[in-house]
Amino acid sequence: MTLPCCTIDGEYFQPFKLEGEDADRWISSAGPGLKRIEFLVPQANRPEAMAQIETDLPALDGVDSARVNLTGRRVAVIYREGEIEPQALIDRLGVLGYMARPFDPRETGLTKDDREGGRLLRALAVAGFAASNVMLLSVSVWSGAEDATRDLFHWLSAMIALPAVAYAGRPFFYSAVNALRLGRVNMDVPISLGVLLASLMSLFQTINGEEHAYFDASVTLLFFLLAGRYLDHLMRARARSAIAQLVSLSSEGATVIAADGSRRYVPAREIKAGMTVAVAAGDRLPADGLVSEGISDMDRSLLTGESAPEAVRPGSAVHAGELNLTAPITVEVMAAGNDTFLSELVRLMSAAEQGQSRYIQIADRLARFYSPAVHTLAAATLTGWLVLGMGWHASIMAAVAVLIITCPCALGLAVPAVQVVASGRLFRSGVMIKDGAALEKLSGVDTVIFDKTGTLTKGEPQLVSPLMVSTETLTLAAGLARASKHPLSQALVREAAKRGLTPLTVTDIAEHPGLGLSGLYQGEKLRLGSRAWCGLEESPEDKGLLEFAFRRGANTPAVFQFEDALRPEAAETVARLKQMGLAVHLLSGDREAAVSRVAAAVAIDTAVSRASPQAKLAYVDALSKAGKKVLMVGDGINDAPALAAGYTSMAPSSASDIGRTAAETVWMGESAAAVAEAVKVARRTQRIAKENFALAVGYNVLAVPLAMAGLVSPLVAAIAMSTSSIIVIANALRVGLGEAPRATAPGAKSGEADTARLRRAA
Amino acid sequence: MTGLLYLIPVALFLGGLGLAAFIWSLKAGQYDDLEGASWRILQDDDEPKP
Repeated sequence: MTLPCCTIDGEYFQPFKLEGEDADRWISSAGPGLKRIEFLVPQANRPEAMAQIETDLPALDGVDSARVNLTGRRVAVIYREGEIEPQALIDRLGVLGYMARPFDPRETGLTKDDREGGRLLRALAVAGFAASNVMLLSVSVWSGAEDATRDLFHWLSAMIALPAVAYAGRPFFYSAVNALRLGRVNMDVPISLGVLLASLMSLFQTINGEEHAYFDASVTLLFFLLAGRYLDHLMRARARSAIAQLVSLSSEGATVIAADGSRRYVPAREIKAGMTVAVAAGDRLPADGLVSEGISDMDRSLLTGESAPEAVRPGSAVHAGELNLTAPITVEVMAAGNDTFLSELVRLMSAAEQGQSRYIQIADRLARFYSPAVHTLAAATLTGWLVLGMGWHASIMAAVAVLIITCPCALGLAVPAVQVVASGRLFRSGVMIKDGAALEKLSGVDTVIFDKTGTLTKGEPQLVSPLMVSTETLTLAAGLARASKHPLSQALVREAAKRGLTPLTVTDIAEHPGLGLSGLYQGEKLRLGSRAWCGLEESPEDKGLLEFAFRRGANTPAVFQFEDALRPEAAETVARLKQMGLAVHLLSGDREAAVSRVAAAVAIDTAVSRASPQAKLAYVDALSKAGKKVLMVGDGINDAPALAAGYTSMAPSSASDIGRTAAETVWMGESAAAVAEAVKVARRTQRIAKENFALAVGYNVLAVPLAMAGLVSPLVAAIAMSTSSIIVIANALRVGLGEAPRATAPGAKSGEADTARLRRAA
Repeated sequence: MTGLLYLIPVALFLGGLGLAAFIWSLKAGQYDDLEGASWRILQDDDEPKP
């Protein structure tokens, strides 16, 4: 092992190694002789970091410029080819205390999102430009321009409005055509129809030199609707980029040992059956296989929910996602493609997803009634006016006026505006909602199922007994434990640090996988590990606690007992959820004793232990079949199928990749309070969205009779539409009112969590 | 009314200028890092280089 060069908060880490032919895919050209590379730097979350990196990196020879993106925590560096190697940049960032990892926006699908956002924003700008200019001309017409002047203004409006509608209306036209092709109706159908008819009728009026033209209505409508659409996009893009960042942090590879003994770093997706991979202590396994060399302990909590590590030796089966704790091992990869444990779970997941009927958002549900109703009204107006003998021209005008006035402007804004404000508020408290549907579903849940390890608990053990341990014993044990990555060893070191103790220096430390640690202190032999390792009898009863024994010389061994500590506010969160009228269950793969301990601590009555991924899925399915709307909260690989099967799902940001991908909502930070907060905000959001619908529909109830009676002039239409939109937006802003609890130390905390993840990955 | 002959083109030109400026700023990536931009203005990096 090479010596680490770099520290964050006094802890050493190994900078990322840019190796193999694969290195080229991070690098792009930036002009003659210039290359561009982008790094993901989770610690670059403060303005001081931005200043430091931007002054320090360009001081290196061969670096042209460095620019930090504080929002995305990325650094883009442009350097002169041949004068400096990208690895030197990573190392330099490491020396400064930043853990950098090359970043490829294509890898996370972010570029597609950016393009979509750019298109909407351009359309919004064009519609805004057209709306302001056409409105200028329309106001002149309303204030009394006549004859030739009015015709001139109408022609000018047409020249601005028609291209603008053709350009800015495309998102709606495409979506409406797609819906109609599938035989469905969405909100975009009446929108497209209203906008197109308003433009065409106004053109017709202009050609005939008539008085009323609705160009201003059609472009203003587009402007408001595009604003709603862009807000909707922003919300999804924000959550997606945050999640993509987490994912790209952990998309790792493994060191493959070739037949000739040479070692090569290969990205995880290129690993195939038959390869031999070396897994260092502290690394996660990249694939399923059999241990061929070495003895170690595996942390399988992400897979099984079991918090106690398991010993493995040559011949033991190991699975992707397990964390190698004590010693380096080599693994012969057995399963590739469809045979891995992971892909078995992925199959279960997709089956579970298919079983779910696609959720239809409230706006689209409304569209099913709205469009036919509106079109019937327009047709009724047309026939009514014809029957009354008003002539074709006047009748068509009245019918089109109905379509324009009912164009769901406020409806198109009502939901996105509320959801954006709500997701912004949740984002500040550390909750990322993947889309609006997730928010709507969250408001409807009546049952919450928690996983235990890593979800209700932190997934890291804490010393609970004996609390009255002598300082000397603890400092000695911690000195020995410092050398190990075993979760219990790290818990001992943390405990010592918490009490302000400095671990003593222990020499000749050796790790004995499956047993424990041994070392020397002033000639005395020390041992830390299982009861057997220290010469103790196994305890007959299982209290659901994890244990480490410690022996000094020939003294009687001391037994440290550990418990997987609850997340902060776990009990309060369960209480709050119950108070909101939700049923709360606990569903875990861990031992019965451990599960019932946690269930008692947070006051959950319904607890299931030793549940396999299949059993978890079946449990959630059974509840769904019984008509319950289940919010599944879990983090592990073993929870993924259940997450996909739930009505909706949440995962902490510390969850496995597959867990985070399966969940519809991800929360950052330690505290479990985010779960209750998300449900609360979602319910409030849904209530305000419904109010907004009532307002929008109420406006139509008033305006439609006027339009049917032929009393709606372009001026009335413009005023009615703008007012209803503004009222709806003002109402939406109410979601953001009131105290939004912040995530436990935002930014800094999540940065630390990311750092911890990276450290494990590096 | 003759004022209209030049006022309308002027209004449209100015509006178009604003639109072009916005689209340029969008293309130039000025909206990519809204958080960083708000801090960047406070940085004292505009002293003349020695």
